[in-house]
Amino acid sequence: MAALEAGAGLGAPPEAGALAARRGSGRLALAAFARSRQARIGAGVIAGIAAFCFLGPFFYHTNQVTVELGSGTLPPGGGHPLGTDASGYDVLGRLMLGGQSSLELGFGVSLATTVVGTLYGAIAGLAGGFVDAVMMRVVDTFLAIPSLVLLLILVNLFTPNLWIIIALLTMLSWLATSRLVRGEVLSLRTREFVQAARMMGGRRSRIMFRHMVPNAIGVIVVNATFTIADAILTYSALSFLGLGLPPPHADWGTMLSNGLNYLFDGYWWLVYPPAIILIITVVAFNLIGDAIRDSLDVRLQRP
Amino acid sequence: MTWYLIRRAGQALAVVIGVLILTFIMIHMVPGTAARSVLGLRATASRIAIFNATYGLDQPLWRQFGSYLDQVLHGDLGTSYILQQPVSSLIAQRLPRDALLLGLSTALALLIGLPLGIYQAVRRNGVGDYLLSGVSFTLYSMPSFFFGIMLVAVFSVQLHILPPEAPQATSVGGMLADPRALVLPVLTLALINVATYSRYMRSSAIDTLAQDYLRVVRAKGLPERLVLFRHVLRNSVLPIVTIVGLTLPQVVAGAVVTEEVFNYPGMGLLFYQASTSHDFPILLGCTLIVGVAAVAGNLAADVAYGMLDPRIRHGGA
Repeated sequence: MAALEAGAGLGAPPEAGALAARRGSGRLALAAFARSRQARIGAGVIAGIAAFCFLGPFFYHTNQVTVELGSGTLPPGGGHPLGTDASGYDVLGRLMLGGQSSLELGFGVSLATTVVGTLYGAIAGLAGGFVDAVMMRVVDTFLAIPSLVLLLILVNLFTPNLWIIIALLTMLSWLATSRLVRGEVLSLRTREFVQAARMMGGRRSRIMFRHMVPNAIGVIVVNATFTIADAILTYSALSFLGLGLPPPHADWGTMLSNGLNYLFDGYWWLVYPPAIILIITVVAFNLIGDAIRDSLDVRLQRP
Repeated sequence: MTWYLIRRAGQALAVVIGVLILTFIMIHMVPGTAARSVLGLRATASRIAIFNATYGLDQPLWRQFGSYLDQVLHGDLGTSYILQQPVSSLIAQRLPRDALLLGLSTALALLIGLPLGIYQAVRRNGVGDYLLSGVSFTLYSMPSFFFGIMLVAVFSVQLHILPPEAPQATSVGGMLADPRALVLPVLTLALINVATYSRYMRSSAIDTLAQDYLRVVRAKGLPERLVLFRHVLRNSVLPIVTIVGLTLPQVVAGAVVTEEVFNYPGMGLLFYQASTSHDFPILLGCTLIVGVAAVAGNLAADVAYGMLDPRIRHGGA
């Protein structure tokens, strides 16, 4: 219900607007989320897919450990609703297992990106002047180079595991976040309530965490949602280029790019199931981000 | 305006220097040594010494950076470890082909994306808008390699109307002589950006449609088609200029995947092959070129924005 109140605040008299501002855009984002059908559909789909990946294996037991070449590339039917892959793994069970690491990758990258990017952007925006200029040129430098290009170099420098992949993807995606947060901080700096807090002798850390971050949180949340989608997609491109994680590991991107090798042999069940679930997941995250962004952008509100 | 240009160019220069430092650091992040990764674990000490001396890897770091800078400023990007050819000439051969691929696909993406965005903005929240939003979300959320291979499956394998491989001619003229082979790679790269452009165009046009001057234009009885072309399109296309500049790195990344799918003989394929064979001079040379191109692209977009939009005056500040 609190969500409804904050939502009404958008079109309400100035007092209500001030109240919403005090509460920070976090509440607004939540309200926007609850109001938008698009966001609710996205969240529902994600919840369903997460349940499928994390709870599914408790009800649907499959062997995803030992290779059984004798029962490789069986078509759907019998004991395997979605058939088996070249190593004899059940595709449905593998989708669950792969989904776990795809989702972990997405959320891991998004969380780390948000923390690092927010801190960096907020510091640059608050510091201003020379420090800000130097910090932002560093960001510009990394942003100038496509992340996939940097990734292809960096992956060569490490023996990848899921954590290293998360770290590398984070290294390349916090930049956009930091830019956004810096922009928000720069515009918030001049607002009266921040100046009042500063005049009352509020410490920098207090201004930052008590006033800046809560007010920028809408933008941060939107960005975090898009980051999840992007991380899953970027990693799938990486595994298509043969630089993904080696076999015992399973994820949708790797399943899809391996499956594509068999597409023209007619093994369609190795291609379409991972493709469809990957695309649906990424679409769902993008829908959520897009819906929140639209509702936060007051200019786009209908009068 | 002049002062703004100088300041903006100064920033761009700082970023280019940053890219140089970054590529230099990455050369030295190679695990073990570059010699080991190229010559293999069984290379003898003397072969490694020769390798290091040949590529100047036995010098102190500051001197290496100095000579790296000196080389780059003279247009020398080093020599490929594997192909034994100058990186600059390898890139120079491929750059025109990339310009062809990126240029055609960006043009196509704009040609489809901008009208779509306006249509969606005008019919906002209508059936067409929802349908097109759904399509563009799906396209945007699709791994580009999957999309490319699906196109091959439909148009090459099922229908036999388009070849599955990009033209293999060495010159741009030769590639244009085989336009059917260009269709699928260009389409693959374009359709991903159609989603981005139409999305931005949609929200930009929604902004424009809410402006008072549009009410005036409609009130004076201008035909709807002229309203859309003369006023909505021209006013909402401005932010897209910046977006095109900003998406350049993304397009290049897409090109790496697209070129691998269609065996398109461009820089992306060169880069990808170098990445699998640890050919660091090529990797870093390509990175440097792409980085500089992106900086130049953003600078050009900013300047173009200032010139196209008379409301933006980069005054003294």
